[in-house]
Amino acid sequence: MIDESAKSLLATIREKSGQDILACYHCQKCVVGCPVAEFMDVPPNAIHRLIQYGRKDEILKSATIWLCAACETCGTRCPNDIDIARVMDALKQIAVKEGVKGKERDVAVMHGLFMSGIRKRGRMHEVSLIRDLKLRTGGFFKDIRLGIKMFRLGKLSLSAECVKNVKDIKQMFDRAKAIE
Amino acid sequence: MTYSYYPGCSLHGSSREYDDSSRGVCAELGIELKELPDWICCGASSGHSLDEVLNIGLPARNLKIAEQAGLDVVVPCAACYNRLKTAEHAMREKESVRNQMRDLIDYDHKGRVQILNMIELIQDQISLDTLRSKLVKPLTGLRVVCYYGCLLVRPVEVTGFDHPEHPRSLDEIMSAIGAEALGWSYKTECCGGSHSLTRTDIVRVLVDGIVDMAKEAGAQAIVTACPLCLGNLEMRQSDGGFPVMYFTELLGVALGMNESRDWLKKHVIDPTPLLGSLGLLP
Ligand code: SF4
Ligand code: SF4
Repeated sequence: MIDESAKSLLATIREKSGQDILACYHCQKCVVGCPVAEFMDVPPNAIHRLIQYGRKDEILKSATIWLCAACETCGTRCPNDIDIARVMDALKQIAVKEGVKGKERDVAVMHGLFMSGIRKRGRMHEVSLIRDLKLRTGGFFKDIRLGIKMFRLGKLSLSAECVKNVKDIKQMFDRAKAIE
Repeated sequence: MTYSYYPGCSLHGSSREYDDSSRGVCAELGIELKELPDWICCGASSGHSLDEVLNIGLPARNLKIAEQAGLDVVVPCAACYNRLKTAEHAMREKESVRNQMRDLIDYDHKGRVQILNMIELIQDQISLDTLRSKLVKPLTGLRVVCYYGCLLVRPVEVTGFDHPEHPRSLDEIMSAIGAEALGWSYKTECCGGSHSLTRTDIVRVLVDGIVDMAKEAGAQAIVTACPLCLGNLEMRQSDGGFPVMYFTELLGVALGMNESRDWLKKHVIDPTPLLGSLGLLP
């Protein structure tokens, strides 16, 4: 039996990801080939089961949706052509939109900082991203030696590149929000 | 031959040697690259994780610039290549996306420019025969495994490049320049991609698996065409001394380019002792 809340979750996922979750017959081929399955709290196919049951809260709070590396191994092998990475994207987007704070917050924070960096400069600046991430999530001494080595090799630049037309980029971000 | 060139943020940052070697090798082979004016970040994995509109919008804006420039665009970074191809595919397949993008970037996507990664540029536009005819220093004695990663070859319907799990193109290029490209089963295993900063522990496990398998295959080095992969493979391996190089750097060596020494100097794991021991340094 699929109840109303499950129906609406299924419909939202289908609309956002273009994937038909009901086609999943839980053969678990995706789980076997997933490089990060051993670190997930819910295996990829079980995410589909939870969607079918409408157990939205559990899904949106799971580590799985943030740990999927979008490697597309599952999508390549699934006998029913389900592109799970797209489903995981849709779930992350819903989690952010609804303000759900689940597991793997650092991953979510990193993605957020990455996007706000683009909004600010039009380009991603590695040193700024790492600095902002450390300010938000701690771990100040992590990778310090590596960072110094990379700086010496000329691989990290302290000054951030910026596109000429930053106003345009900001406008684009605002428009995107309005469209969504 | 003239192409537009989209370097992306990594090639202007920690992966400069990929930028320099891509430009250098193209110039040597008579390909002119013109950097897209005022290109923006493609959004990478953060774009598609967080934003339903911008994950297409950011690469679409770059495609707009490319169409206005009117030339096919070369994209060496596997992640950027994947995002540009994804945007192109989405706009081609879905009218709703096309319309949404028109509102977002004030431009009607025409689908007029081809998006090429560096491997296909060398293989299709230059040809392996031409490459062989220009060899100055064949990489005799160098045993490598070619690591393609995920983003160049998957999803198949989006990138349409080579094979999603058994690609051959890079192996063929390496063989053409005299290296021994060994068979192995980890060509397209995931390195953990963007988790490098946040779930370093996971990336270490995945990277060690790849490096161990490369050694088991008998390789002396890993060759790749992806800055994300190279960064993870170099920085997150427990060994700390197994070289990883961009294929363009080795092309430069084989073409006898003295500049290749400068590119090879920029690695966290110095590959020059290996190349030196085989008499391959310029
Ligand atoms: S491989 Fe496809 S059908 Fe099989 S369990 Fe995974 S998603 Fe479901
Ligand atoms: S795309 Fe995500 S769920 Fe699928 S195999 Fe890769 S990491 Fe696992």
